[in-house]
Amino acid sequence: MRVTQGTFSFLPDLTDDEIRLQIQYCLDHGWAVSVELTDDPHPRNTYWEMWGLPMFDLPDAAGVLAEVKACRDAYPGRYVRVMAYDSSLGRQTVALSFIVQRPVEEPGFRLEREEGPGRRQHYALHPYVMARPTGERYPANGS
Amino acid sequence: MADRWSAGVIPYAEMGYWNPDYEPKPTDVLAAFRVTPQPGVPPEEAGAAVAGESSTATWTVVWTDRLTANTHYQAKCYRVDPVPGNPDQYIALIAYDLDLFEEGSIANLTSSIIGNVFGFKALRALRLEDLRIPPHYTKTFQGPAHGIVTEREHLDKYGRPLLGATVKPKLGLSARNYGRVVYEALRGGLDFTKDDENINSQPFMRWRDRWLFCMEAVNRAMAETGEVKGHYLNCTAGTMEQMYERAELARELGSVIVMIDLTVGYTAIQSMAAWARRNGVILHLHRAGHGTFTRQKSHGVSFRVLAKWMRLAGVDHLHAGTVVGKLEGDPNTVAGFYDTLRGDKVDADPVKGLYFEQDWASMPGVMPVASGGIHAGQMHQLLHHLGEDCVLQFGGGTIGHPMGIAAGATANRVALEAMIKARNEGRDYLVEGQDILKAAARRSRELDMALSTWGDVTFNYESTDVPDVVETPTAV
Repeated sequence: MRVTQGTFSFLPDLTDDEIRLQIQYCLDHGWAVSVELTDDPHPRNTYWEMWGLPMFDLPDAAGVLAEVKACRDAYPGRYVRVMAYDSSLGRQTVALSFIVQRPVEEPGFRLEREEGPGRRQHYALHPYVMARPTGERYPANGS
Repeated sequence: MADRWSAGVIPYAEMGYWNPDYEPKPTDVLAAFRVTPQPGVPPEEAGAAVAGESSTATWTVVWTDRLTANTHYQAKCYRVDPVPGNPDQYIALIAYDLDLFEEGSIANLTSSIIGNVFGFKALRALRLEDLRIPPHYTKTFQGPAHGIVTEREHLDKYGRPLLGATVKPKLGLSARNYGRVVYEALRGGLDFTKDDENINSQPFMRWRDRWLFCMEAVNRAMAETGEVKGHYLNCTAGTMEQMYERAELARELGSVIVMIDLTVGYTAIQSMAAWARRNGVILHLHRAGHGTFTRQKSHGVSFRVLAKWMRLAGVDHLHAGTVVGKLEGDPNTVAGFYDTLRGDKVDADPVKGLYFEQDWASMPGVMPVASGGIHAGQMHQLLHHLGEDCVLQFGGGTIGHPMGIAAGATANRVALEAMIKARNEGRDYLVEGQDILKAAARRSRELDMALSTWGDVTFNYESTDVPDVVETPTAV
């Protein structure tokens, strides 16, 4: 399966040039860009690991892209996303978030059901990879 | 003042309801009415009559007014302007003191301002065009249970409009079949599916069965995609107790969102908004029935006013027009609706039909929903007219896809992501829209098929509700 979180998961994986253009769009809006990674694809996993702080003062898309590459090199078997943060009044939230690296194999999710009264089901979503500890969930051979 | 208090009937204008020297206070509620007086009724008298009948007046002088600080409680019509090109109509601006209204009550606000006056014989027609709600009053309302920012953070979806579809056919599907449509549409790439306004709890499908099958579908789709998904479970029912019961079960089953119809009434909407805030469930409002009073330009209540009421009342989603779809929607007028729902400090803009500035005092925005006759081939126009913070709902444009429902959903999602990507890359996506879609379709058979099925479907009818107090540019 393909985890379709993020803004561009239904398109072919973005090339570095395409990533740079998206970063430029964010910088042009005054948004701070950051890089985050995880090996827990659960949709409620909000807090991916931060690859450093948001780059509040970096005006250069090439510099941000270098951080993306460094993160990918360090963690070839994980999900990596680029986030843009809009700190303006009334927003103060993420403005754009898209995946820039994903594991080659994405085993997907087990849906667990528990019978309840009145035909109710209690559902729980388990990424198959979560049976293993962090760092051992995906083969470290990148995308 | 002796005349003012003589028993009998005197013109409203002479009772103080026409006051061209009045300077509106920052705390006043201001209203713009489109007034069509009966022949022979002067416009100032018509405006004064509206002010009178929507505040303290009755048809004759009453001495008991003298027991009150009556000039304080009187609404004041302070300006009347003719409508260009329409000699029968006038825009009357009326100021209401804040003391006329109960805190946090849409029912009271509307009973005051539109309660009696719309049937008034001295007027041929009357339309409430706009309201300025002062922050002092705004702050007495809850406002959206969550608002746009919190909704996005809860769904983990940023930088693009959300995608939805209303399950079709609206009526007749069994719960099991209904859930199938939900599952296919969500796994194919939509964020939301939706009950329609008239699907409540009928003999062919009772609400509780729909709840169970839809939540099975939602959870299955989440497992297939790794994304948060939702289905608007329509809790509309005959009593408040039934609505609460339905909403409670939706919450217990883990639904991120519930829905109600405008037909449940303003007080029920406020109650459900409080419930939604308390329970962390997003609240979608379908504007069922609004066209009966919002559409005709000479009589009724403008949708922009209804949008303000619903933001105050506290819904998270509100249908607000598509511009390009099958339902009424002049581009400038719809832009005014979207600004009203999403903005914080919204300037007066007669081109958009906004008569007053509106300061929302940081009240969160409502996510506008565009629904009705839209399809993937219009993605560039939709993004241009409606922007990023909205829900685009493709019902027929998803479910009617020749390759199936999931393929229809995928086509919409691919078209949307391709358009956002192109926009962010700095391309003139409105002009190049068709090229962008065609390029994306080369890598998506689903989109290719959608474009060849609906690519040239348009709904070009003249709008009935267009701003006319200033020259407006022609629609794009």
